[in-house]
Amino acid sequence: MLFPLLPSPAAPLRVVITGAGIVTALGVGWKPNAQGFRAGRTAFRPVSLFDVSRQRAKSAAEIDLPAARPPTNLNARQIARLDRAVSLLLLATCEAWQQTGWKSTENLPLVLGTTAGGMSFGEAYFRQAVQRPRSHRHQPTRAVHYQPQVQARMILDALGSNGPITIISNACASGSNAIGHAWELISYGLAERVLAGGYDALSELVFSGFNALQALSTTICRPFDARRDGLALGEGAAVVALETLESARRRGASILGELIGYGTAIDQHHLTQPHPHGDTTLTVMKQACATAGVIPDDIDYINAHGTGTVLNDSSEALAICRWAGRRAATLPVSSTKASIGHLLGGAGAVEAVICLMTLREQWLPPQIAFETPDPACKFPVVHQPQDARVNVALSNSFGFGGVNATLILRRWT
Amino acid sequence: MSRIFVSGLGAVSPAGWNVTSMREALDKGEPLPTQPMERPGWEKPLRARLVPNPAVRPEFLAHPRLRRASPITHYVVAAALEAVAKLRANHDPKYRLGLVVCLQSGCVNYSCRFFDETLKDPTTASPLLFPETVYAAPASHVAAVLEHVSLASTLVGDPASFLQGISLGVQWLEENRVDACLVIGAEETNWILADALWHLDRSAVITGGAGALCLCREPELSTGVELTAITDAHTYSAQNSRMRAARAMRGQLGKSSPGELLCDGIGNNPRADAPELAAWRDWTGPRVSPKRILGEGLMAAAAWQCVVTCDAVANRRFVAANVSLVGSNQQAIGARFARADSGISHLSGGGSPGNIRS
Repeated sequence: MLFPLLPSPAAPLRVVITGAGIVTALGVGWKPNAQGFRAGRTAFRPVSLFDVSRQRAKSAAEIDLPAARPPTNLNARQIARLDRAVSLLLLATCEAWQQTGWKSTENLPLVLGTTAGGMSFGEAYFRQAVQRPRSHRHQPTRAVHYQPQVQARMILDALGSNGPITIISNACASGSNAIGHAWELISYGLAERVLAGGYDALSELVFSGFNALQALSTTICRPFDARRDGLALGEGAAVVALETLESARRRGASILGELIGYGTAIDQHHLTQPHPHGDTTLTVMKQACATAGVIPDDIDYINAHGTGTVLNDSSEALAICRWAGRRAATLPVSSTKASIGHLLGGAGAVEAVICLMTLREQWLPPQIAFETPDPACKFPVVHQPQDARVNVALSNSFGFGGVNATLILRRWT
Repeated sequence: MSRIFVSGLGAVSPAGWNVTSMREALDKGEPLPTQPMERPGWEKPLRARLVPNPAVRPEFLAHPRLRRASPITHYVVAAALEAVAKLRANHDPKYRLGLVVCLQSGCVNYSCRFFDETLKDPTTASPLLFPETVYAAPASHVAAVLEHVSLASTLVGDPASFLQGISLGVQWLEENRVDACLVIGAEETNWILADALWHLDRSAVITGGAGALCLCREPELSTGVELTAITDAHTYSAQNSRMRAARAMRGQLGKSSPGELLCDGIGNNPRADAPELAAWRDWTGPRVSPKRILGEGLMAAAAWQCVVTCDAVANRRFVAANVSLVGSNQQAIGARFARADSGISHLSGGGSPGNIRS
């Protein structure tokens, strides 16, 4: 029953990650992404998915989808209905699923974050309804598959599962909120294991939206750089398999890392602009630290939201400095959006997996194009590939509408 | 485990801008009149039940955040303010309010307008419209209007997700992260949503609006209504048909006591309604089907079902009432609300996390 629930355990249960899947413009899977982020490679190129000839910005981090899909329980009809977004999600899910080694799909909860869901179906529906209104061809299918819960059901069918689906759409914090919600379900004893993640594919409407806001960089995406002129869009997905430490130990699973803290709150300052002093960001970083039982001195790396817009980065920089105090001067920070762009609903989940990479492989992801620090940045921005001792990493995500989220992950040794 | 009470209700529907107007329309029992909705390329318009303009311009529209907001945000704010009125009047002004907004289609008006502008000429597409297209926009605006919102989330799904929204609110209350939680389901209408529904169900009449429940832990703040059960989320899948999921939901709600109400989601489409009709075939007590009067409001309709249920219990028309939500393409979930002083206990078998625990 969703209500009433069992009483919570006396102490929150420890939550570990036993599987992780990632797809970005740097590649499909952990290895190419780890290599790319470690080197600080960038993956931007002219947009080919739709016409951008009349947009200010012309490039994004597009993914080359592999020709072959992983083997799943989907039938040919379902496979024919996989759009770009759910294809990315499926790749990430299959990687996480394979890695975790779970055998049973019985009642496996799936928690996903997305902002656009099946936007490609929505765009196609609109075009046809306006340009050829009397044509019904494909419209019923588009009307159904546009909906994110139908995409999530595709993922469950791919795995042969029928567990509960939760779709969180808190704009660009969605992926972090999805993982954070899954963490809460497990740590409060409401689930033993959960698949959680985020995804979004590039779409014309969203690209045009950020372009109209003049939020897209017309040069290169340089988060926290004094000369930054906007964000770059990307696409991708990441999924993590979360379970109780007890469950992982019981089945002898290989543990990739531990999710130890989560904070979330809403910034009521403005629909699209953060509070200039980063008040809500400060709140969620403190919340996450409190749940994790750590202090800023314990954090070895911050994967910042760092979009590259003037307002976001100055607000986040102030919040990090207020939160970290003297620790800020030596606390490495970077934004991997400099490499793969802003993945919107996928961003928080992908960046959590990048944090997992830094914990597993002991390096920091650099922003190679970073040159001139914004004066608000009192912390070192990682701009050269470097090995480092990373035991605890923190990831920030903020969305339109004001939802802020912070995740904290710890190395598993 | 805390007891969870309903401290307030709110509704905007084609019947009007409050719960009373919706109650009166349902009591009357006659489907509300329809209005024509034009769509490009067709001479014959579709039918819709539009939310009427409010008799008096609501004061909240003067809030700077709502200057450019779309109708769905207006509905959400109106329902929210109605639902939290008692809480605001009686509670410490520093209370921590949680907010869960549930949507299926979301901000379709501005999404269509913005994409239309993009296709015509992206250089002149309005930057004011785009932020209002995101699912999270209504939650953001209502949080700004209410001011005390400390935690907020937007859930997307089929209409049964509204009960997942209530479940999330309960979780926040039980974890003591908020003092009260507002759960809102909302939709707005436009021609493309009506067109999409027409492709899927030609008997349905699209409508919009919002429904809101404010949940709390303190009985003294309640309307006298207590949440006693929410079933598992019975997800549809290759192995679990909509029919089977509806039956499983019904089975979890168990036998009812005499004098209980059933508020179902039955409309006018025998094929789409079949699983829910079959699941409740044995129901002999009173029942109400708001969609037959108000129209297909998607997530708003699910919220209205919960509001109608709680309103009937709060007004002592029934000692308890069941909500049946057999969603269109995701899941079936049911719930039961009862008079807080009725002695109706939480369902036996409750206390198990059910299908959330693997």
